[in-house]
Amino acid sequence: MQALRETLHETWRFYRKTLTLVLTGTREYYLWCLLLLSIMFLGLLFYLPQVYTGLITTNMKDQVVWGLYIANFTYLVGVAAAAVLLVVPAYIYQFGPIKEIVVLGELFAASSIIMALLFVMVDLGRVDRFWHMLPLIGSMNFPNSLLAWDVIVLNIYLVLNLLIPVYLLVKTYYGKEPNRKFIVPLILFSIPMAVAIHTVTAFLYNGLPARPFWNASILAPRFLASAFCSGPAIIIIVFQILREYTFIKLEDRALFKIAELMAYAMFLNLFLLMSEMFKEYYSNTVHIASLKYLYEGLHGKNALVPWIWVGTAMNLIAFVIFLFPAMRKRLSTLNIGCILIIAGVWIEKGPGLVIPGFVPDPLGEIYEYMPNFTELFISFGIWATGLLIFTLLMKVAIPIASGEFSHAKYIEERPASDWQ
Amino acid sequence: MRDKLYTRREWIRNLCLTALSGSAISLISSCGKEEVEDFLQKHFLEMTREEKEALITRLEARYLKKYGRKFKVSAQEAIPDTLWGYGLDLSRCIGCRRCVYACVEENNSSRLKPQSQWIRVIRLKKGSLVDLENSEHYYNPDLVPEKDFLYMPVQCQHCENPPCVKVCPVHATWKEPDGLVVVDYNWCIGCRYCIAACPYRGRIFNWAEPNVPSDQWNTSVHYLGNRPRMRNVVDKCTYCIQRVRVGRYPACVEACPTGSRKFGNLLDPQSEIRYVIENKRTFRLKEDLRTEPKFYYFFEA
Repeated sequence: MQALRETLHETWRFYRKTLTLVLTGTREYYLWCLLLLSIMFLGLLFYLPQVYTGLITTNMKDQVVWGLYIANFTYLVGVAAAAVLLVVPAYIYQFGPIKEIVVLGELFAASSIIMALLFVMVDLGRVDRFWHMLPLIGSMNFPNSLLAWDVIVLNIYLVLNLLIPVYLLVKTYYGKEPNRKFIVPLILFSIPMAVAIHTVTAFLYNGLPARPFWNASILAPRFLASAFCSGPAIIIIVFQILREYTFIKLEDRALFKIAELMAYAMFLNLFLLMSEMFKEYYSNTVHIASLKYLYEGLHGKNALVPWIWVGTAMNLIAFVIFLFPAMRKRLSTLNIGCILIIAGVWIEKGPGLVIPGFVPDPLGEIYEYMPNFTELFISFGIWATGLLIFTLLMKVAIPIASGEFSHAKYIEERPASDWQ
Repeated sequence: MRDKLYTRREWIRNLCLTALSGSAISLISSCGKEEVEDFLQKHFLEMTREEKEALITRLEARYLKKYGRKFKVSAQEAIPDTLWGYGLDLSRCIGCRRCVYACVEENNSSRLKPQSQWIRVIRLKKGSLVDLENSEHYYNPDLVPEKDFLYMPVQCQHCENPPCVKVCPVHATWKEPDGLVVVDYNWCIGCRYCIAACPYRGRIFNWAEPNVPSDQWNTSVHYLGNRPRMRNVVDKCTYCIQRVRVGRYPACVEACPTGSRKFGNLLDPQSEIRYVIENKRTFRLKEDLRTEPKFYYFFEA
């Protein structure tokens, strides 16, 4: 009885403390959260008319039926998959410094998956019928529809990326060693799952013979290569910010190790792009139309051309920066490289992948899609939601990881009256 | 000081509670009986005969209330031993688009904002028949036909291997026993994956609530065909399921002034479409994709 009361008391204290941690902070913290909340609110203001009037409030049309939302979705799945890049060296090769940040990296992956799922939800015309897609309750077209596959693997990956760090944090809270027999298989399982979410997302496009631009077997490898560029780049930036504003300790060595791995991924990404370009331009069949629209413009329509060339230039410059150890091992140049690759890959595999798939359409019509304010603000709202989720997770996870918020502290602080 | 804090806290709490109950009441009241019925509606193919009948009564009452017209909603099943096939004579088509507008009227498609059409007629330069990349969609001469061009109407090709059905994540679209590819508008979640998968642009999205003037409704409708649609779902040509299952021609066949459009049962050796396949030089669009369309283009010998 005493033990039960003790546990309940500590649980209650844990929730109260968590709430306090989330609700109190520096002035910068409040401003940051307020900023994110106002962007989310603005996004909601644009989302409601979209639900009640219809997707006509966006710039999508029958010619280009997926736009900015699905572009962001694709990109974020890649970012989430990149957590694997942190998990692999930390757990397989027992590389010291990275291990500290794997927990936080996985929470970042979980936040990205939530954003990716939100982007699918806002793109759904009938979000009220979402339950039709659930297995057992609804009528899921499994295994035929790749979208059904994607829903399954994304949710498994989300659960894994929440379960693993939460388990490790709870163990840290109690000052105990994690049960390796339980957690190591899960961690190992999350590695193929990271590959799976991105492969399935690539296959979602890849499996459509109606769209030659996507119907190239190089698509899935390209997705993985570019994910292993942009995801870790975001993580390098995020962890420098965390290092600056919190007491989390993180050596430069860990960042440089990630940067080295990224250099390989960037080379592979450019090589695969070159292979695709060679095949299309040298054979020069009707299938080149979308690629031409993207890189040169087609029949005088060229809305994406400046974007893709800026993106390509960013990717090339970033590769050069990451290629030379002297540059990737200096924080200033490393950060420039990271920002370039984050933006470059977003252009290349976000809008640069989704839109040309629809241009020209199967009957040869060209509709030049550009997102409107509704799509922009809803997208900003979702990014803000993801950042807020990550911020709040960090606000609790970091004190636990640093030992400031722990069971031992609870024993110390416990009032004497509770002890009897 | 303490009192002041408490009043402020109370005030905030009251404000929150008022806002919460206010939004809850408005949410519940906006969620009327119709919304609840729609939300809980089963997949069409999983309904029993009684459930389908109840659904139809419900829909007819609702359409009467909403559009002020008495609709006759049918859920007639496929006629046995039937596989519908279409023929289109490219040497006769003059590109007048009468089929396009007959289709819009017959099938209750949205007239304006958004304008929704199930048939698209494209103009091609003579000499390059299937060079779709150089097709003209918005040709607008004073008179058709024009000397240097030919015209190709394209609509849902009712493939035997429909890629749209394969990719739908929720089974909201399927191929009927008579070969018609149909959509349950009440089951579609509006993801538009089927539109991405269709090589013929056979599918159209209702980007907003369809807009049809109340005196222009065609009140003879089929559940899987031309009944009034709702916003954010996909619809498509059904070869006029409401007509062909009661022995009539599709509206586009009747509207064509040159007799370019032929229609019939592919399983009936005496049918018009079988005559076309056996006696004319037919081809199907994008045969390399192995979708096996039941839509045959042909030329007069």
